[in-house]
Amino acid sequence: MSSAEFAAAASVRSRGPLDEESREWLRCLTVPGERERALARLHQLLLRAAHAELRRRSRPAVVEGREQDDLAHQAADDALLAIVGKLDRFRGESRFTTWAYKFVMLEVSAKLGRHYWRNPPVPMSGDAWERIPDRLGADPAEHAESRELAAALRQAVTEVLSERQRQVFIAIVIDGVPLDALAFELGSTRNALYKMMFDARRKIRAHLVAHGYLDAEGGMP
Amino acid sequence: MTGWQALDEFLRTDPRDVGCERAIEVLDIYVDVVSADGAEAAEHRFPGVAAHLRACGPCGEDFDGLLAAVTGTAS
Repeated sequence: MSSAEFAAAASVRSRGPLDEESREWLRCLTVPGERERALARLHQLLLRAAHAELRRRSRPAVVEGREQDDLAHQAADDALLAIVGKLDRFRGESRFTTWAYKFVMLEVSAKLGRHYWRNPPVPMSGDAWERIPDRLGADPAEHAESRELAAALRQAVTEVLSERQRQVFIAIVIDGVPLDALAFELGSTRNALYKMMFDARRKIRAHLVAHGYLDAEGGMP
Repeated sequence: MTGWQALDEFLRTDPRDVGCERAIEVLDIYVDVVSADGAEAAEHRFPGVAAHLRACGPCGEDFDGLLAAVTGTAS
C-alpha cells in the first residue's frame, strides 16, 4: 500500500462507519491516479444538481437560458473547490453525496443573492407598508385594517429598533429584498442578518403586545 | 387569516431556533434523516434546526433543494 493509499485508508477509518458509497468516494478522491477521474465525476453530479436547483428556484423564471447555465457552472465549480478544501472535515455523519450537494445549494443561494442586483424588481407604487398583510400571506384585507396595521408596525419599527435593525427590517420586510441579496449588498452574512431580524421581530412583537395590538399568548386581544 | 394574524405569526420567534450557521452545519445530516426516517424523526432529533427551517426562508430553500437532490425529485 502506498503512503497516499495508507493515508486515505487511515482517514476513512478515523471517520467511523461509512456507507459503502461514501467510503468509495473518499477513497477515489484521495488516491492518486483515481483522483482526477473522481473529481470529474463529482463535478458532473454537482453541475446536474446546480442546474436542477436553479430551475426549481426559478419558478417563475428568475434566471434562464445562458445565464442559468453560467450560474450553474459557477456554483458547481465553487462547490467542488469548497468540497476539496474541506474533505478532511467530512465526518461521515451523512452520506458523502448529501454533504457534497449541500455545498451546491449554498453556492446557488449565494450566486442568486448576487444576481438579484443585476436586475432588481421595480418598486411598486403606493405605500409598501400597507401591502404587508398581503406580503405575509394574509387574506385580502380591508383598506382600513391595512392602514391601521401599517401605522402600528411603522411606529414600532421607528421606536424600538436600532438604526441598523431598521435598515435591515425595511429592506427585507417592506421592500422585499431577499436575505441573501441583502447580505451580499451589505457585505454581511445570512446568519448575521437573520439574527438581527430575529431580535427585531421579538422587539416589535413586544411593542405591539404592550400597545394592545397583539395578544401576548397568541390570537387577537 | 387576517393581516394581524399573519403579522403575529411572522413576528413570533422560537427560542429553540439555532440560527443559520448551526442549521447549515448539520443540514446534510438532517436531510439524510428526513429522507430515511421522515420529517418527524428529524424534528425529534434536531428540534432547534426544525424551528429554524420553519422561520428562515433562505435556509428553508436550501433544505428543500438538498432534499430534492438526494431523493431524486429534482427536475
